[in-house]
Amino acid sequence: MTTTTDPHQGQFRLSMLLYDSRYRSMTIQIVALIGFLLLLGWIFSNTAQNLTDLGKEPSFRFMGEPAGYDINQRLLEYSNQDTHLRAALIGLLNTLLVAALGCITATVLGVIIGVLRLSPNWIVSRLSAVYVEAFRNVPVLLWIVFIMAILIETLPSPSAFRKGEASMSLWDSVAVTNRGVYIPEPLFTNSLGNLHLLGGSSLRFDVSLDLIAILAVLIAGILTSGLIKRRADRIQEATGTRPATWYWRLGVVVIPTSIVLVLLGLHWGYPELKGFNFQGGTHLRNSLIALWLALSIYTAAFIAEIVRAGILAISKGQSEAAGALGLRSNRTMSLVILPQALRVIIPPLISNYLNLTKNSSLAIAVGYMDITGTLGGITMNQTGRELETVLLLMLVYLAISLTISGVMNWYNESVKLRER
Amino acid sequence: MSDMSYVRSEMLPERTPPASSVGFVGWARANLFNGIVNSILTIVSLVLIFLVLAALLPWLFSPTWNSGSLNECRDILNGHEGACWGVINERWEQLLYGFYPNGSEAGSIDQRWRPNLAFLLLFVAVIPVLFNMISRRMNWVLLLVALAYGAYAIGGTLGMIAVVVLLAAAVFVGYKAFSSDKATRAAEIEAGAKRLPNPLIFTAIFPFLVPFLLWGGSIWVFVGAALGFVLAGLAYRYLSTVVGSLAGMIISVLVAIVWWLFMIGPFASAMDAILPIALEQIESRKFGGFMLSITIGVVAIGISLPIGIVLALGRQSDLLIVKALSVGFIEFIRGVPLITLLFVASTLLNIFLPPGTNFDIILRVLIMVTLFAAAYMAEVVRGGLAALPKGQYEAADALGLDYWKAQRLIIMPQALKISIPGIVSTFIGVFKDTVLVSIIGLLDPLGLSNAIRADQAWNGVVWELYGFIAFMFFVFCFSMSRYSMYLERRLRTGHK
Repeated sequence: MTTTTDPHQGQFRLSMLLYDSRYRSMTIQIVALIGFLLLLGWIFSNTAQNLTDLGKEPSFRFMGEPAGYDINQRLLEYSNQDTHLRAALIGLLNTLLVAALGCITATVLGVIIGVLRLSPNWIVSRLSAVYVEAFRNVPVLLWIVFIMAILIETLPSPSAFRKGEASMSLWDSVAVTNRGVYIPEPLFTNSLGNLHLLGGSSLRFDVSLDLIAILAVLIAGILTSGLIKRRADRIQEATGTRPATWYWRLGVVVIPTSIVLVLLGLHWGYPELKGFNFQGGTHLRNSLIALWLALSIYTAAFIAEIVRAGILAISKGQSEAAGALGLRSNRTMSLVILPQALRVIIPPLISNYLNLTKNSSLAIAVGYMDITGTLGGITMNQTGRELETVLLLMLVYLAISLTISGVMNWYNESVKLRER
Repeated sequence: MSDMSYVRSEMLPERTPPASSVGFVGWARANLFNGIVNSILTIVSLVLIFLVLAALLPWLFSPTWNSGSLNECRDILNGHEGACWGVINERWEQLLYGFYPNGSEAGSIDQRWRPNLAFLLLFVAVIPVLFNMISRRMNWVLLLVALAYGAYAIGGTLGMIAVVVLLAAAVFVGYKAFSSDKATRAAEIEAGAKRLPNPLIFTAIFPFLVPFLLWGGSIWVFVGAALGFVLAGLAYRYLSTVVGSLAGMIISVLVAIVWWLFMIGPFASAMDAILPIALEQIESRKFGGFMLSITIGVVAIGISLPIGIVLALGRQSDLLIVKALSVGFIEFIRGVPLITLLFVASTLLNIFLPPGTNFDIILRVLIMVTLFAAAYMAEVVRGGLAALPKGQYEAADALGLDYWKAQRLIIMPQALKISIPGIVSTFIGVFKDTVLVSIIGLLDPLGLSNAIRADQAWNGVVWELYGFIAFMFFVFCFSMSRYSMYLERRLRTGHK
């Protein structure tokens, strides 16, 4: 093989595919693509061969068959006669439920711990450091089973309530038992009823018109409150004095909402001890609580570090400059420090939300029926369709992840420093 | 001027500061009780600490270390609250080694020195990579001492002779570094760095030595696997000058693959006939406890590092298809939870491979965890690459280095150095994630704790087992995270 090339000679030779940088990148890419396709084809043919040998033609028809198992914690109505698809949907909603609950509590807890860690109070900052190190250095699965064990082993059983050894907390409205927590549920005397959507199919769901009415009034109130704030801003910019508006802003949110609640006849259904168990109220099962708490405290340790790093990242000159302008310390925080710190905090915060959502798949360890427990657990074991269920499971998580990271990219783009 | 009698002519003696601003009281006033909010916070924290300790300490210090079952514990405690530490006393070895042969079964001998030695060698192999915190001489001394432990564990007259020889060699190599004079010591360290071989040689051998130690079998299989790399390296060195670097690389990879596919078997059996060196073979299903966690973590990180580097380079590259493939792989793996990948390992991996392929579950889990770690590693390395100033790339181009030479000589040494803290935290993450394998039925510490509870004597022991496992994980992960923070400080070469 000759390696001499003459630049004046314009003819194409085969060796230029390797030695001419104009063509070499094409060669490498095509080789990589062919290699990848060969690998993919090899896996496909192996899979097809293996599945034929096992007598399992790949098909998703099993999703339409009756599931035959119960799901005790659910957001939509479901019976064991419903299809595997509906079971998966219930599981997906459960995943989203615990992820949303976990993200909220983890954020609240994490921000508190992160701020406390920066406190000048020696003992408080050390205590927060101990919290962070203790919780993030032990696997989250261990925390989940640990909290589950605490709930089961240390809380009183419903029979203890009967014998009077335990009593309900918060003015007899909440029953904390080793079978779960019973909390009051909102009931409406003049209920507007439900809207049945997609009735008859596996994806059917009901929408409470009461909820829609309340939300509509609430959102309208918040928007009006925003208008009042904008008007106050305008007046402040024009005249220099800001009219007191807080009672207006509070009023337009609270009063219409309260009126709607009264009109609907809101009252609470309290849990009551009947027979061997509590009846009425909303039942939060141990598995949900254990998972929720464990994911929250574990993720909160990471969020605390993110918050701390974000606040420390703002140079001291910023707060000093704000002080020199005469801003009080709470205005310094809300107008100068936080807007800048949030730019540092939010991207890793969202990636921690993503981690929390992915970690919620560990629900299977405590029997919480999330999408991994339904689709990847019982459905897979009952139908023997490993390929299809695991594929669907991955697609669902991938969709959630890509949605969240899409939101993150959009946010990053919108808060990026605009430099000249 | 002299009659300005109202001006004091001599200095007043310094007064001692008020008692309330010095000593513990002063410190407490400045740090704990400066203001109402802080005072409340302090008191709340103290109460919290007291409550936790009051609940925990009596439970922790319970005299049940020698009890043989939960009932015995209850007898000893006599109605008081307390932990039942007998379960840890009886089962800690199992929690560490799983069912690795410990000589208790008839006809078997204690093999646990093998994971022990592998663990020691891990440090010897990793230290020169992570940071030059000890001199080259000390590293060789450590290696000799670790090998002496191995020889001691093998036992027999030959083993004892080997122990003596190895320790003598360690003393011979090391004694110069133990001079009391600082200057001589520094000079010896300097000289050692020139005379002694690079400890990275052992780091290169380590990945082939450890599987041999843990799984056993003939050593020649592992030597053969290593020889594949050696052959590929030689082929590249001699061919690249003849046919160019790209073609040389392709050919050397082909040489290695052909060697691994067709030549290892004959090579190993031939060498076995000449010089049989073998350790007793241990099945994977006997791996368990923390040994399993550490094995999965270390193997996954070790193999995922080169894969991650390749993926990161792919993601940074200008080649559209290569970039798309890398991004697709990384984002796919990072977008799904590890548990789904473990489901793939336990149910699907055999379906993806040619019919009749069947290898054991731990190997399958290792493959999937490695792929998982590789995606995260790629992002860490990419961060390191992105942190390098553009001038470094341009300088490499200006020197006329080709892509691979620039990567090898200029980019990668710096980028990897920046990424070390990230690599360590990825390792911590993967190590923590190894408990997930208990969900697919492997006997990692968490899986073993369920197995122990299935025993009649320990049915109902929860806190002690979880507490012990959590404590062990905490010790491992906390020390590693501290170390990575230390590295971060050492590596921060910017403004101090």
